[in-house]
Amino acid sequence: MEFLVIHGLNALLYSSVLFLIAGGLSLIYGVMRIINLAHGNLYAIGAFVTAWTIGAAANAGAPNAVLLLLLPAGAFAAAAVGAILEPTLLRPFYKRPEEYQLLVTFGLLMILEDLIDRVWGPDPLSAGRVYENFGSITISGARYPAYNLAVIAVGIIAALFLWAFIYRTRFGVVLRATSQNMRMASALGVNVNRIYIQAFTIGCFMAGLGGAIVVPGQSAVLGMGVDALILAFVVVVIGGLGSLEGAFAGALIVGFVREAGVALFPEIELAVLYLIAAIVLFVRPAGLFGRA
Amino acid sequence: MSLLTTRALAKSFGENRAVNSVDFVVKQGEVLSLIGSNGAGKTTLVNLISGLYRPDSGSIVFEERDVSRQSSYERIKSGIARSFQLVNLFDQLSCLDNVALSIFSREGKTLKLATLASRDRAVWEEAQGVLRQFGLDGKAAITAGAISHGERKLLDVAVAYALRPKLLFLDEPTSGVSTREKAPIMDIVFRYSERIVVMHQGSILADGTPDEIRRNDEVTTTLIGTHVTGEPAFENGNHAGR
Amino acid sequence: MSADLTMQKHRSLLLTLVWAAPVAVALLAAPHVVGPFHTLTLMYGLVFGIAVLGFNLLLGYTGLLSFGHSAYFGAGAYTVAFMVKYFKVASMELFLAGSVLISVIISLLFGVVCVRYTKIFFGILTLALSQVLWSLAFKFFWVTGGTDGLRVPTPSLLGTAPLADKMEFLAFQYYYYVLAVFTVCVIVMWVIVHSPFGKALQAIRDNETRAEFIGIRIRRYRLIAFVVSGAFAGVAGALWAPLNGLATPDVLVWTFSGEIVFMAVLGGFNSFIGPIVGAMAFTYLKTYAVGFTVYWQLLLGTVLVVLVLALPKGIMGMVELLVAKVRRPR
Repeated sequence: MEFLVIHGLNALLYSSVLFLIAGGLSLIYGVMRIINLAHGNLYAIGAFVTAWTIGAAANAGAPNAVLLLLLPAGAFAAAAVGAILEPTLLRPFYKRPEEYQLLVTFGLLMILEDLIDRVWGPDPLSAGRVYENFGSITISGARYPAYNLAVIAVGIIAALFLWAFIYRTRFGVVLRATSQNMRMASALGVNVNRIYIQAFTIGCFMAGLGGAIVVPGQSAVLGMGVDALILAFVVVVIGGLGSLEGAFAGALIVGFVREAGVALFPEIELAVLYLIAAIVLFVRPAGLFGRA
Repeated sequence: MSLLTTRALAKSFGENRAVNSVDFVVKQGEVLSLIGSNGAGKTTLVNLISGLYRPDSGSIVFEERDVSRQSSYERIKSGIARSFQLVNLFDQLSCLDNVALSIFSREGKTLKLATLASRDRAVWEEAQGVLRQFGLDGKAAITAGAISHGERKLLDVAVAYALRPKLLFLDEPTSGVSTREKAPIMDIVFRYSERIVVMHQGSILADGTPDEIRRNDEVTTTLIGTHVTGEPAFENGNHAGR
Repeated sequence: MSADLTMQKHRSLLLTLVWAAPVAVALLAAPHVVGPFHTLTLMYGLVFGIAVLGFNLLLGYTGLLSFGHSAYFGAGAYTVAFMVKYFKVASMELFLAGSVLISVIISLLFGVVCVRYTKIFFGILTLALSQVLWSLAFKFFWVTGGTDGLRVPTPSLLGTAPLADKMEFLAFQYYYYVLAVFTVCVIVMWVIVHSPFGKALQAIRDNETRAEFIGIRIRRYRLIAFVVSGAFAGVAGALWAPLNGLATPDVLVWTFSGEIVFMAVLGGFNSFIGPIVGAMAFTYLKTYAVGFTVYWQLLLGTVLVVLVLALPKGIMGMVELLVAKVRRPR
C-alpha cells in the first residue's frame, strides 16, 4: 500500500510537470501550427532562473514564504523570452516551408543551450533548502515530501485554469477561432499577430512554470531541455497534438508508465515509453484526442 | 460492356451528403461529361472513384473487380487516372520531367536507382510527344512552377494522360476560366460528349445524350441557366441555379 | 532530344570539368603538398562529406528533414569498435561491410516508424530515436565503454598491414583510401539522384498527392531513401572511427545530428555538391573556431539562424547567384 501511494504520487508529480511542458507545446501548435524545437529550453530557462533566484534569496536568509513567492520567477522569465522570440525569429517563417521553421527553431535550441551554459555555468544549480523546508507529510503510513504535493496541486490548478481560460473566456474564444481558421479570424478583425504572440507567451510561461516548480526537487542541469522536449513529444504523440485534453491524458499516461518503469525495470523505462508512443502512432496516428 | 459501375455510393462530410447513394456507370470507350453546379458532388465522386476518399457505403466496381477497398495506388495501377481541379504538379521539376515521371511510373521503372534516367530514350521521346500533343513542347525544359496558369492546367491533364489509363477523369479542366468563356466551353462539352451525366446536390439528376439533356427542363432550370448554343443567359441580372 | 538540350548538356559538362578537374588534382596531391595536420582535416571533411551527402538524399531530394542522423553515423563507428574489441577484426573492408549492414538494419528499423510521418513529426521522431540509441550507449557502458569510449586502432587496408608510424599511415595510405571511398560514394549518389528513383523522390518532395496519383508508393520510396541515407552515414562513421582512434557517445548525441543538418544548410541543400561543400567548409571552420570559443553551440546556432533567414540556399546558392550575375551582366 505504501509502495502504491508513494509511486502513485510520484507519477502524479511527474505528470504535473509534463502536462505543463506538453500543454504549452500543444497550445502553441494548436493556435499557430508551429512546433518550437527549443520549447524544452524554455522549461530549462524556467528551472535555472528559479533555482538561481531562490538560491540567492535563501542565501540572503529570506523566509520560506518569500521563497515561495519567488518560485514563479522562472515562468515569467521564460514568458519574457518567448515574447521576444516570436516576433523576431518565428514570424518571418510562417509563410515559408515548414523545413525552415524547424531549422530556425533547431538553431534556437543550440543557441539557448549554450546561453544557459554561459550564464549559469556547466554545473547543476540547485534551489537550496526549499524542498527540505517544506517537510514531509504522512500518508497511509508513508512519509512523503510535502513539496511534491504542492507541485501536484500546481499542476491540477494549472490544468483547471487553462481549461477555464480557453473555454470560458472571450480571449479563449478568439484563441480557438484563430486556431481553427486563421484567415477567417483575421477577416473578422482579429489581430492575428497579437494572438500569436500571446499564445506563444502563454505556452512558454507554462513550460517555464514546469521548470520552476520542478527545480526545488531536482537541480537544474544542462541538457534537461532536450530531454524534456523529447518527453513532451511522447506526451503529445500519445495525447494528440494541439489538444489540451490530450496533453492532460498523455501526461498522466506517460507519468504513470514511467513511474512503473522506474520502480520495476529501471533500464528499459525509456524504451517502454517509446514503445507505447510507437503503438499509439500505429493505432491512432493523430493521438488519443488529436485531430488528424 | 461497363468499365466502371458504382452502386449506392455515398459519402458525407458531417451533415453534408456530398454524394448521395449514386449509381454511376461508365462504358468502355465512351466520352462522358459529368456536369453540375458547385457543390453538386462531382469532385467528391471523382475522389471516391480515384481513391482519395473512402466511401461511407456502396461499392465501386472497375473492370469486373470490386475496388472499393483498394488504395489509390492500386487503382492507378488498375488503370484509373485523374487530373486535379486545383493544379497538382511537381513544381521544381521541368514540364518534361513531370510527364516523364508518369511514364516511368506506368512502366514500373521508378524503383530503378542504379541506372541514369536520361538513358531511357523511349520514355523521354514519349514524354516529348505527349507535351507536343498538349501544345507544351516549347516549355519542356521549363520548371512546372514557372509556366502560366492555363499551361499548368494543361500540364496537369497531360501528366494524367501520360499514364495511358483505361479510365481518365478530368476534374474541372476549365475552372479558373472566366464566366464569359464558360458558355463556349459548355458548348464544346455538349458537342463532344456522347453522354452527359448531370449531378445536383449529391445525386444524379439526369443521364442521357446531349440532346436529351438539352431538352430536359429539370436540368435547365436547376442547373445552368445557360443556353447551350453559347450565349450566357442573364435574366433580370441573375444567374439561374446559383 | 532536341539539339538545344544536347548542346546545353555538353556545355554544363564542360563547365563542371572547369572546376572539378583542379579540385581533383588538388585532392590527389594534397598529402604531398600540405602537412599531415591539413591532410587530416581534409580527411575529416571528406568523411563528413559522405555523411551529409547521404543526409541530403532525404532533405534536398525527398523533402524530409532528419534530426537524428548521428544514429547511423554512430552505428557505423561503434560497429567498427565492436568488431575490433569482440571479434578481433582489423580489416577495413570488413569494417565497411559490417558498418553498412548495421546502419542499414538500424535505419530500416527507425525508418519504418519515421516515414509514416512528415515534416515536424518526422523530424522529432528521428531526434527521439537517435537519443534512444545514445542513451543505450550510456546505460550499457560495460559493452560500449560509456563516456570513455572504445579504442579503434589503425586498420589494414586491402590486406596490407598499416605502417608503424600512425601519422604517416593516416596522412598517406589511409588518406587515399578515404579519398577512393569518397569518390565511389559521390558517384553512387550521383547515379541514384539522376535515376528514375531519384526523380520519383523529387516528385514526392514536390507534391505527395500527385506522386501517389501517378502510382508511386510514397512510404516505400521514402523508406528506401531513408535506408540509403543511413547507409551512407554508416560508411562515413566507419571511416571516421580509425581516423579518430576512439568511438565515443559524442558521435551519437543530438548535437552531432545538428552539425550534419548545419553542414547541409551551410553548403546549400538544394544542390548536389552543396552538402560536400558545406561539410568541408564546416570542418575547417570548426577546427579554427573551436580554438576561439568554448561556446561552439551558440556560434553554430546563430549562424544557422542567420543562414535560414538570409541565405537559405547556402554557399552553393550564393555561387549560383554570382555565376548568374557574371553570365548576364545587366
